Amino acid sequence: MVLKIRKNKYTYFRGINLSKTLLEIKNLKTSFRINDDYYAAVDDVSLTVNKNEILGIVGESGSGKSALAFSIMGLHNRAKIEGSIDFKGKSIANISTAKMNKLRGKDMAMIFQDPLTALNPLMTVGEQISEIIFLHNKGLSNKKRKGRVIQLINQVGIPRPEHTYEQFPHELSGGMRQRVIIAIAIANQPELLIADEPTTALDVTIQSQILDLIKDLKKDMDAGIILITHDLGVIAEMADRVAVMYAGQIVEIADVHTLFENPLHPYTRSLFNSVPNTNEHQDRLHVIQGIVPSLQNLPRTGCRFATRIPWIDESAHEKNPVLHEVIPGHYVRCTCHSQFYFPDESKEDQKHGVS
Amino acid sequence: MIPQMILLSILIFIVAQMMPGDALTGIIDPNIDPAAIEAQREALGLNNPWHIQYIDWVNATLHGDLGQSFRFKMPVTELVGQRLVNTVWLGLVTLIFTYLIAVPLGITSGRYNDTWLDQGITTYTYIGFAIPLFIFGLVMLWVFGFKLSWFPTNGSVAPGTEPGTMAFVLSKIKHLLLPALSMALIATVSTVQYLRSEIIDTKQKDFIVTARAKGASEQRVYNRHILRNSLLPIAAFFGFELTGLIGGTVFIETIFNYPGMGLLFIDSITQRDYSVVTSVVLLFGIASILGALLSDIILSIVDPRIRIK
Repeated sequence: MVLKIRKNKYTYFRGINLSKTLLEIKNLKTSFRINDDYYAAVDDVSLTVNKNEILGIVGESGSGKSALAFSIMGLHNRAKIEGSIDFKGKSIANISTAKMNKLRGKDMAMIFQDPLTALNPLMTVGEQISEIIFLHNKGLSNKKRKGRVIQLINQVGIPRPEHTYEQFPHELSGGMRQRVIIAIAIANQPELLIADEPTTALDVTIQSQILDLIKDLKKDMDAGIILITHDLGVIAEMADRVAVMYAGQIVEIADVHTLFENPLHPYTRSLFNSVPNTNEHQDRLHVIQGIVPSLQNLPRTGCRFATRIPWIDESAHEKNPVLHEVIPGHYVRCTCHSQFYFPDESKEDQKHGVS
Repeated sequence: MIPQMILLSILIFIVAQMMPGDALTGIIDPNIDPAAIEAQREALGLNNPWHIQYIDWVNATLHGDLGQSFRFKMPVTELVGQRLVNTVWLGLVTLIFTYLIAVPLGITSGRYNDTWLDQGITTYTYIGFAIPLFIFGLVMLWVFGFKLSWFPTNGSVAPGTEPGTMAFVLSKIKHLLLPALSMALIATVSTVQYLRSEIIDTKQKDFIVTARAKGASEQRVYNRHILRNSLLPIAAFFGFELTGLIGGTVFIETIFNYPGMGLLFIDSITQRDYSVVTSVVLLFGIASILGALLSDIILSIVDPRIRIK
């Protein structure tokens, strides 16, 4: 325990000392138009990513994780983006596509969720990796570029790179395709890498290999990485800091040890509680009641999680919940966490073991 | 493909047999003794059972003998040969027009979907779907051929021009343009619609997001990723287009009095020129089968997923 706290202090210390802020998001609000109104899928999100840091973002499907990632990359087609996104001190929110295209693929890159659909079925693997290098370095000769592509294919652990270069995506397995997508993302050694559920579509054995790959990248390239997932195990293994998202908002943000030792927000605690635990016998898993409300039906005032913990008295919630800094670096939204308990008492004091 | 062709030939033969009358009905001088006509039937093998007649017919066809045209008094092979060239040219020019219209319109419509431009193009395609070709052909003929006199109104070449001269070629082209354009303007609408929906569909695919995330410009995303993937089904559609074209030539050639296979087909039906009808239908059928085969071949060339190893 003592050791762990030390380690926290160490990273924190190192965080201030060594890493500069790479990405700073302030009050980001991404809204989509449905019929005639705009609905915010990402609502008032503020966070920072430092160099050589993995920021984990967790949350259920529909909580706005991917929408946040797409906002950073400027990949939304018809969304209204408000607030500021500063990348290396320069604003990249609502800048022209031409300017964005200079950054995308070079300084910031993204690993996509579904390896089966994220590759163009009519282009060879080599061409697809080659394209991102070509777009940002047009002067490179074809031969050198091919050499670099083969080196990348090798780096992501695909056997027989020369052979794979000529193959089409459909000739590769899901895990291999995910590696190709990673190779594309890291081709120009980006400073910011957004990994949007990079392992969700893969089986567990491949998962750990892919995660190791991402870890290596952080080490080799000193990159800032945003790791989006709903797998708490992945977060525990990979992240330095964790932001928990619910219904478009960040409800809790802390470094990974603090969050796992002392989760505060009812949503975070419910998430931990829903993870199967082999240490103790359980007949049934904890289930968070209800679902994430759809964009149109999202409550815009009060605590957004209140409807899913109806046994907590309404007076426990704030009228306009804001993030409170409970200890330095640990923020929690709404005051309801102080009065929160699980209806099933037997599970309350359980350790949060994560596979 | 061979079984299809055999089945096709049997079908055509049986249908031809079921048509009332034969070559010796009607046209023959009524003063001739019915017994003599019957003797002639016997001599020509018209009284044999159908399968014997079928085998005779197939045998002759395979040897390039499609029989005699009763109306033109010349071998069908020769007759069809003359007409086929005209129809092939008409079909080719129509196809070129069809794609010249379809590709830009489809791309514009798909890329800028739900804008006024797209709505304009979509409106045109709906009108195109709704207007029958034979009405549209007549209107075109009346407006551009008759009222404005921009184009000749019938035939495939001006009378009196020498084959092989430049004037002959130009006259041929001039005669081709209006029928080909009329047919293309109608035939193209399905391709425009198809291309439009393919592009809208491809636009939303995940790999397009990947391309944008690489930093590819919008132009490059369209040219490199969306277009190529959207044109694929269009290639597969080509065979179908060819079949539609055959149906189209029958109308268009009749309206423009253009001496091709379509006109020959209609004429020989009204004149009971059976040997010509069966031959033309057989050729049309084979063309359709070849069209489908062509689609498959094209698709296997452009789509790596179904490349034949």
